[in-house]
Amino acid sequence: MSKLINSIEEAIRVTGLKDGMTISFHHHLRNGDYVLNMVVDAIAKAGIKDITINASSIHEVHAPLVDHIKSGVVTGLECNYMGAAVGKEISRGIMKKPVIFRTHGGRPSDIMTGKSHIDVAFIAAPTSDDMGNCTGKIGKSACGSLGYAFSDAEKADKVVVITDNLVPYPLTDFSIPEIYVDYVVSVDKIGDPKGIVSGTTKITRDPVGLKIARYAVECIQASGLLKDGFSFQTGAGGASLAAAAYLKDIMVRDNIKGSYVMGGITGYMVDMLNAGCFEAILDVQCFDLKAVESIRTNPKHREVSGSQYASPTAKSCAVDGLDVVILGATEIDMDFNVNVHTDSNGYIMGGSGGHSDTAAGAKMAMIVAPLVRARVPIVTKKVQCITTPGSTIDVLVTQRGIAVNPARQDLIEKFKAAKLPVVTIEELYDKAMEIVGNYQPVELGDRVVAEVVYRDGTVIDRIRQVIE
Amino acid sequence: MRRTMLFLPGNNAGMLANGDILGADSIILDLEDAVSPDQKDSARILVRNALKYLNYRGCEVIIRINDIETPYWEDDLEAVLPLKPDVIMPTKVSGADYIHRLAAKMTEIEEKNGMEVGKTLIIPLLETTLGIENAFEIAKADPRMAALYLGAEDYTADLRCKRTKEGTEIFYARTRLVNAARAAGIEAYDTPWTDVDDMEGLQKDTELAKALGYTGKAVINPRHVDVVNAVFSPTEAEINYAKEVFAAIEEGKRLGKGAVSLRGKMIDKPIVERARQVLENARAIYGGEF
Repeated sequence: MSKLINSIEEAIRVTGLKDGMTISFHHHLRNGDYVLNMVVDAIAKAGIKDITINASSIHEVHAPLVDHIKSGVVTGLECNYMGAAVGKEISRGIMKKPVIFRTHGGRPSDIMTGKSHIDVAFIAAPTSDDMGNCTGKIGKSACGSLGYAFSDAEKADKVVVITDNLVPYPLTDFSIPEIYVDYVVSVDKIGDPKGIVSGTTKITRDPVGLKIARYAVECIQASGLLKDGFSFQTGAGGASLAAAAYLKDIMVRDNIKGSYVMGGITGYMVDMLNAGCFEAILDVQCFDLKAVESIRTNPKHREVSGSQYASPTAKSCAVDGLDVVILGATEIDMDFNVNVHTDSNGYIMGGSGGHSDTAAGAKMAMIVAPLVRARVPIVTKKVQCITTPGSTIDVLVTQRGIAVNPARQDLIEKFKAAKLPVVTIEELYDKAMEIVGNYQPVELGDRVVAEVVYRDGTVIDRIRQVIE
Repeated sequence: MRRTMLFLPGNNAGMLANGDILGADSIILDLEDAVSPDQKDSARILVRNALKYLNYRGCEVIIRINDIETPYWEDDLEAVLPLKPDVIMPTKVSGADYIHRLAAKMTEIEEKNGMEVGKTLIIPLLETTLGIENAFEIAKADPRMAALYLGAEDYTADLRCKRTKEGTEIFYARTRLVNAARAAGIEAYDTPWTDVDDMEGLQKDTELAKALGYTGKAVINPRHVDVVNAVFSPTEAEINYAKEVFAAIEEGKRLGKGAVSLRGKMIDKPIVERARQVLENARAIYGGEF
């Protein structure tokens, strides 16, 4: 017996895909992904309409979706992150139904509890056997972890694995086992390796970014959390990664043995693991080649599912054990609410990803951002969109001072004792205004183009159409 | 105290906006070498507006203007001096005449704008062989003179030798300049380290400058600031010794002693002066009482 079928077109036919159904994708191939576009093109050719796509993320490479939305093939979109290419069009109002934004923890939670139903999951797999045992760790399109696809595999009515590296049965080091898989399709290429993983992720040389990173690490030291057993997540952005590099130096110097590190995994996290700073990497997503190599070869570098990473309804999840998370922001307001969904002109260009999950779980959730980015201040009276509620954000680190959520008097005292430049968020706002002055607010319409669903299932905010 | 004087290109708005958060004691907003001739006017406007609208709290502002032999220097001064920068830095200064001309122009602008005359100081860049020979004359050319600053790149070109990391070729210039500055009662600042990534070399070069009597160094990259600041900051041992000096003087006074000694050595005027300076710097750097 073999589950191998001839083509994506055949997969659409045999899975019984029809008008009104929901299909799902993971985003481990990031901006190199070919699979989502191939499947939706085939669906359009088959004359199927009114499809909802539930993808963990939508990237720039998925721009062809815009035409499929305009033609009515795709009428619903659910994701945790959306790049600007599709996001801008959504903000212009091309889709009738609002996009549903979840978080990286909220999505698997809703899938596993049956709240979001998936008819057919299409799982891009860099290597698979003909029964559907598959992995992202090897193959010409290797992406490392397949963590975000686990829930889809387990709960979708039908599961199709699409691979460009078919190997003889059984693939032993599988991430997703055959027990969930209905069909396997072999194609020439599932993606462009250049867009799947970065060659090397580089630390910023921008002196402002480095200054912010330095402050962030000084905050971590002053918090008292940096000791044996320390657990940590940081992003792959400029200042976040620089903070990890500074942190590594301190942990090595002071012989601090951390517990685990998470997040989008880069070579820098791998270096920290290999330097003995941490016991383990819990990896739901690899960002560069070094991370892929490490997850393949180092048993301490463990692939985890989206649920294990961050699901609020799992019996336990790793974000709840985090000591510190370093996150970015496009805007943060007087109540410490953070926006990472929309840009300064109101267009969708992001999403929570794991932002709100880690902020909720970590003992200290830090935002690192320059006070002013180009012409726009980061600190604002009220964010355009609440991605992550201020009640879960503890610290904002900018190059012109560190603002601590007033709810965290303990941190304020510790930071002041460490002679860190603690200011109020109102003071940071005033400083930003001193530089950029008041500017005209973005004009938004009444129509809701996206709903932001917080990890607990409540709609935390609604994103409105941009009036051009 | 100018442990570090950090160069920022006058035509880079992003750098100008964040100049004061990079940890340098002074920032040099550069209108000269960092700015190509076709951008001289826009950089001048940008620097003028930076002085006007940005609040460089706790950070001294120095403007490096174009050479007196170019058509730009007077326009530079007219644009920036009314906004009261702390220091003007002229370049390629080879004799006292240069300073006389510059100071006269500064006074003229200050008077024209109803400003207090002489408030803005001068730190010239000595980067010619003639400038090094005339260092003492330059140092005492005008009451505005705050320090001499050595520029080794142009100097070694003038000397017709190769600039090396070891710096043997600039040893004479370094010692002559610092001696001239001290003789005139002003400060001396060292040439920048130009290899951005060689932090070990930077450390050694800065320590050498300190050993020769320099109290600060220009830096061309923000990443160099911390290393240079650390070298020119008083150490804990220096601070403790300075405190002991004053404690011993107090004790001597209490006992009615004329001469006081510490650790078997007479406390004379230079020792007191150095101790005073160490504590003053420590207060400025670390805050609080010393």
